Amino acid sequence: MSTPLAIEGPAAPPRSNGELVFAEPWESRAFGMAVTLYEAGVFSWTEFQTALIARITAWTASREHGEPCHYYRLWLGALEDVLAGLSAVSTDEVITRAQALAQRSPGHDHRDHAR
Amino acid sequence: MTTTGGSERSPSVALRTEALEQLLTERGLIDPKAMDAIITRYETSVGPLNGAKVVARAWTDPDYRRRLLEDGTASIKELGFSGQQGEHIVVVENTPTTHNVVVCTLCSCYPWPVLGLPPSWYKDPAYRARVVREPRTVLAEMGLTLDDDVQIIVRDSTSEVRWLVLPERPPGTERLTEEELVPLITRDAMVGVAKVATP
Repeated sequence: MSTPLAIEGPAAPPRSNGELVFAEPWESRAFGMAVTLYEAGVFSWTEFQTALIARITAWTASREHGEPCHYYRLWLGALEDVLAGLSAVSTDEVITRAQALAQRSPGHDHRDHAR
Repeated sequence: MTTTGGSERSPSVALRTEALEQLLTERGLIDPKAMDAIITRYETSVGPLNGAKVVARAWTDPDYRRRLLEDGTASIKELGFSGQQGEHIVVVENTPTTHNVVVCTLCSCYPWPVLGLPPSWYKDPAYRARVVREPRTVLAEMGLTLDDDVQIIVRDSTSEVRWLVLPERPPGTERLTEEELVPLITRDAMVGVAKVATP
């Protein structure tokens, strides 16, 4: 865009009305993965959207009263569903890798460096 | 919400995301640099400022306004805004007697190129369900009280259509230029849960 972005004010992206686009870093990665894979042609947006609707519908049906909606958790779940359906990455592989990542020494946690 | 760690059997969502990204990268399915660029694009350059420019143009150029209402996608592209979730944008006009408000009852469809990513309340089950059943009440709770004789039309996004509301130009702005109007136009007004206030 040729026009400088508004840093403040009602139309300022990305924190319009004081709201962050992503509440936490992992949310942006989950979002970015889905869009990147779509743009690379790994799946159609309709496929992803259908999986997302299924996740949202299931969550809505089983939610406890007052439970807040963690939208990007559902988004990530939908992404895993689509990738498992394509035999690209299985749920077991994700869990195994995540467990391995959890075993890293504390020094690997960026938050420790910041202290 | 826990963002790191998690129990051994159920890793946290942050670790799960990192694990998935690693696996996809190793398999050549994503290029982390391309992904970084996409995230940056949606964090910094795609947002409601784009939609505000479209609305300000429509307010100041009657011919553009007519084209925008006839073919939203093409007219928005004229200003350089296009892309994912912007393939089928339909623009509807709010008037003193008709008020449009947008929702996606099934998920969170939203016109990304002109409004960026949706705010959390738009994705919330309460808004998605209630605005259809009792729009006047929901709008009042969000700070927009409409007279009883104003007709409210709830526009439900589908896989084919993304809605953008063309809000009413507020009184007292007749002398403002297109550039001066842009900062007045809010995301909420373009979703239809607010009006544009007189400066």
